[in-house]
Amino acid sequence: MSEYFLLRNREIPNIDDLVIYRQNKGFETFQSAVTSMKPDEVTEIVKASGLRGRGGAGFPTGMKWSFIDKNNWPHYVVANADESEPGTFKDREIMESNPFQFLEGVMLCAYAIGANAAYIYLRGEFWQLAAELDRHIEYLERENLLGDKLFGTDYSLRLYTHLGAGAYICGEETAMLESLEGKLGQPRLRPPFPPSFGLYGKPTVVNNVETLANVPLIVERGAEWYRKFGTEKSPGTKVFSLSGNVEKPGNYELPLGATFRELIFAHGGGIPGGRNIKAIMPAGASSSLIFADEKALDTPMDYESVPNVGAQLGSASVIVIDDSVSMDWLIDKTVHFFAHESCGKCTPCREGTYWMRHITERISHGQASWDDVILLNEVANGIKGKCLCALGDFATEAVMSSIARFRSDFETKTHAAAETIEAKVSP
Amino acid sequence: MTEVVGQETEQKLVTLTIDNRKVSVAPGTWVVDAAKQAGIDIPVFCYHPKMEPVGMCRMCLVEVGRPMIDRATGQPVLETDGSPKIKFGAKLETGCTIPVSEGMVVRGYTDKVKEGRDEILEFLLTSHPLDCPICDKGGECPLQNLTMSFGPGQSRYIYDEKKRLAKHVPLGDLIVLDRERCIQCARCTRFQNEIVDDPVIGFSQRGRALEIVTFSEPGFDSYWSGNTTDICPVGALTTVDFRFGARPWELRSEASLCTHCPVNCNITLNTRREAKDGGRYVVKRVMPRQNEWVNEIWMCDKGRFAYHYTEPANRITQPMVRKSGQLIPVSWDEALAAAGDQVNKAGGKLVTLAGGRVSNEDYYNLKQLADKAKGQAFLYSQMAGGDLVAQVGLGSGSNLGDLGPGRAILVIACDFEEEAPLWWLRVKQAAERGAMLIVANPRRTKLDSHAKYSLRYQYGEEAAVLHAMLDSFSPKRPDQPESVKKLLRNDSLKAAAQEIVQAENLVVFYGSEGTDLAASQSLANAAANLLIATGHVGRPNNGLVAVWDKGNAQGAWDQGLRPSQDLATQMKDAAVLYIAGADPAGDDPQLAAAVDGAQFVIVQELAMTKTAQAADIVFPAQAFTERDGTYTSGERRVQRFYPAVPALEGTRPDFAITAQLASAIGLDLEDKLASLAFKQLAAATEAYNDVDYGKLAEIREQWPIVGRADVYYGGTTYDNKQGLGVQLASAAERGLSPALAFEPPKERATIANGLIAVPVSRLYDRGNTVVPSRLLGTRLESPQVVLNPEDAESLKLEMGKPGKVKLNGAQIAVTVRIDNSLSKGTALIPRSLGIPINGPTPIQVEA
Repeated sequence: MSEYFLLRNREIPNIDDLVIYRQNKGFETFQSAVTSMKPDEVTEIVKASGLRGRGGAGFPTGMKWSFIDKNNWPHYVVANADESEPGTFKDREIMESNPFQFLEGVMLCAYAIGANAAYIYLRGEFWQLAAELDRHIEYLERENLLGDKLFGTDYSLRLYTHLGAGAYICGEETAMLESLEGKLGQPRLRPPFPPSFGLYGKPTVVNNVETLANVPLIVERGAEWYRKFGTEKSPGTKVFSLSGNVEKPGNYELPLGATFRELIFAHGGGIPGGRNIKAIMPAGASSSLIFADEKALDTPMDYESVPNVGAQLGSASVIVIDDSVSMDWLIDKTVHFFAHESCGKCTPCREGTYWMRHITERISHGQASWDDVILLNEVANGIKGKCLCALGDFATEAVMSSIARFRSDFETKTHAAAETIEAKVSP
Repeated sequence: MTEVVGQETEQKLVTLTIDNRKVSVAPGTWVVDAAKQAGIDIPVFCYHPKMEPVGMCRMCLVEVGRPMIDRATGQPVLETDGSPKIKFGAKLETGCTIPVSEGMVVRGYTDKVKEGRDEILEFLLTSHPLDCPICDKGGECPLQNLTMSFGPGQSRYIYDEKKRLAKHVPLGDLIVLDRERCIQCARCTRFQNEIVDDPVIGFSQRGRALEIVTFSEPGFDSYWSGNTTDICPVGALTTVDFRFGARPWELRSEASLCTHCPVNCNITLNTRREAKDGGRYVVKRVMPRQNEWVNEIWMCDKGRFAYHYTEPANRITQPMVRKSGQLIPVSWDEALAAAGDQVNKAGGKLVTLAGGRVSNEDYYNLKQLADKAKGQAFLYSQMAGGDLVAQVGLGSGSNLGDLGPGRAILVIACDFEEEAPLWWLRVKQAAERGAMLIVANPRRTKLDSHAKYSLRYQYGEEAAVLHAMLDSFSPKRPDQPESVKKLLRNDSLKAAAQEIVQAENLVVFYGSEGTDLAASQSLANAAANLLIATGHVGRPNNGLVAVWDKGNAQGAWDQGLRPSQDLATQMKDAAVLYIAGADPAGDDPQLAAAVDGAQFVIVQELAMTKTAQAADIVFPAQAFTERDGTYTSGERRVQRFYPAVPALEGTRPDFAITAQLASAIGLDLEDKLASLAFKQLAAATEAYNDVDYGKLAEIREQWPIVGRADVYYGGTTYDNKQGLGVQLASAAERGLSPALAFEPPKERATIANGLIAVPVSRLYDRGNTVVPSRLLGTRLESPQVVLNPEDAESLKLEMGKPGKVKLNGAQIAVTVRIDNSLSKGTALIPRSLGIPINGPTPIQVEA
């Protein structure tokens, strides 16, 4: 990549300084949009660019903006900076190191949908980041880039940050809205969706940080420019958060469609210690585990290709698993995470993740039989497809895919457990 | 086609197929409700037909298919036989959150759905303790029932891994929570939030640790907490009153009525024989009974818990006659003979005084006796207007549940939730449905947050408010007092008045906030005038409703009893003072002195009240739990109550005692069957002409379906098998046009330096019918005076600290309270706390 579009801090030092950002055309796009474009025109450009949501769902962004209910006012923008998926740390770098591009994206979105207030919901652990963003926002207000009647027009806009308090579920958009409203962070029923019934019941666009960070350059350089990168159905670049058993974990901005092999070996430096790659989790803890054979490694990382190897691209938080890891240990970790983070609203997730946790603990501690593995799979099956939100389904992905694709790990573990018990029992 | 109760029948219905059966229902109906209406059960836990669905428990998952529409042409896709092609969703969907749509196909019988139900139940049972043998809910438990129908027979969960949680967490004094049993369905928190506006319980923590906590001090501080135990689908919430009391299948049920307030909620009394009570039948608990025209499926905690005063420990069981200064137990014959003798000699100076909880049949006989003896028949009350309510009250076909957009409600001089909780609830819900609500009161009350107009006035100006409203749209009379002229400058008041004129319906509720009899008369009169002048009389859902101080005051007025303008004098000068179900001596030392002044006092009562102790003859009366009879609610609905326990030996019903007494002066009244007494009453009272016990026992199908086989759906409220009652037609409805009778409002009393105390009502007072329920002990109001902050400061009084009040010749120790919305110069004294107050009166307060 000769040029970064999102992690521009890696090419332009001090782009987190407003002066430098403005020297690089910063906020010119916003000003031009507010003074010379109609809001719908901005939406059309984003729609034509094919930009898809970067939070994990991959929903076409421009289409989401166009769904906003024009008969119900006011409108709101909420930027999802909850970033709690294990293995995801892309939004953090964008907000820390290229904050103004993100903020300009929020502001363009607000203008496009006619919102006069936008909220940035950050996970509670990002309190330092929120303080920095507050300073940046204050700076923008002093520069008359935010506030009342901007650039001599009738358009007013203010931005606010809001901190969560340590709940992964508040990254789910409707749970986030509930939390913003001061209520318990539990997802709402959908339909209705936020573009018709969102914050305080008003039409709201909720977008991920990375998604919004794409917007300024798209509006500046046009949809056709954006479509030069990535694939036809997944245009643009993506920040891949690489972690796990790799030499060089970190964020890598690559065009969508780059392969796993490229990311893990060309950029990530391959597997340390001479070990072999075993599995790939492309979407953090919510992933199905991909069996890392040649076909998988050569699979392009985009929204349509990854399902061919039985997984979803999700937030592109690629966790690499090598052959030193036994899958029963791995799913014990993911299940612990989901059981801890379940909001408790719906029965299958609340009771099911708790039950799964007990079983995975026993399996990984060598206290379970093969029957327990079958039971675990059945419990996961019982949860799947019945929950109020996606967290319940995600909790089952790693479990069911690992039992299906890495069965031998469980067989080995349970046979060893049986032998240990037999050894103890028989004198 | 299934008809839905309460819905307009002209709208186009939606037709769908549920389990291969075609069902047609109103648009907007949820799939689970459509199924229920068609007699098909889709199991639910978190869904309740009276609340918004949340889709949380996932028990109602069903397969939902919708007719396919070709995206290109917009036309339906058809099968080869011409029927619409149905596309089923990939996932099961919750039937409680999906509104019906034309051509929808719902399948609840497929393997996928059965597995889903089995799985959800299995999940719930992994955490749920095996408490059935000791759990109060057993026998009326939705979880038990649905597990038997749809759940697994064996557990795959390891017992040692079950989560252990606290088993009796008190949520306040009245409700106990068992954390292990709770299935986190949120019915209780949503009920408190959505229905009764008391968000005092809620969830804390998340995931498996999600638990109910209470935020208020005292805990679960709400008049409605008992209802959550009805709708809780498991035994997590139980009442202290009934906990470990009996098994539901051991209980007998009888229909009855709550007598505390003029709503007359329909209740069911559950009874069981108790060995420890000598084998007699005991009322084990009071449950709501469904009547969608009166109390829907709810009741307040006062009605639910304050019934213990009927128990034998409290009661008089033998007649007594005073001999040599002592009350001596005697036989009925002797007592009746002695009493009859006195009544015979009374010669026109017979004064009968009845309390407001006595039945219609009792009032009828009392009035007949008084009339025959050419004496007086008084109702023990400081409220007026019952005759006006009979003229222009709510007529037949009225239902507060029908009020919505285009309808207006005015509530004046009333702390609604304290004086008539179920009306507060129904009016609040009407406002939420879009009815135009005006609340007029000297201080803020709970209903204000739902009102479109909140009008404030000074105590004493209640009638003036209505006069001002009337004046604002009709020709102005030149002789209006200053108070009216001042109120006419209030823009809100004028705007509210305009909306009243344009509203299709108007219901006016008037209470007794700060009023005495004279003020109440003035107020009722002004309210009736307003209704007549705006044409809101004689049609359903229009009219005047008095928020009486007791349950059957309307019945008393309908039988011709009236409050006395000067009760003390009337009692003192009586040759025979005959008191039934009232305790004036206990309320007020001046009235106690008057009772002592009467020549001969006959009292019929349940317990030895102060008045009974001062009597010359005492007759033991029956409680409402032991006999039948009728009450007339403030909405003028006549309803029956039935005997739930055999009458306490030695007691007789009030109407029988009066009849037997009356025979002494040659009057032949019914003394055996309440139904026959009612027959006589009905013949003699025009509005009641067409009513009899048979009509009162008629029932109709109601929605939602509640009760025994359907406890999982609507809760454990009892279904109504014994009568919905009959709503009387008002005189206006019967074509007797009411006359406008203009009475200028009086100027309010003020004193130059000093405080005026006015009476207000509280639900949990220390009346004779409340105190014996010891579980309410800590909730009862203590004697208090409520002051404006500035007045308190100038008197060096602090919130919560002790003080002394002097009024009406009495000096009482009280606790001081402060109310920011109270105006200077006024002190509030709640009634029935042992502080004698009948109306505005000067008061001295000191530390």
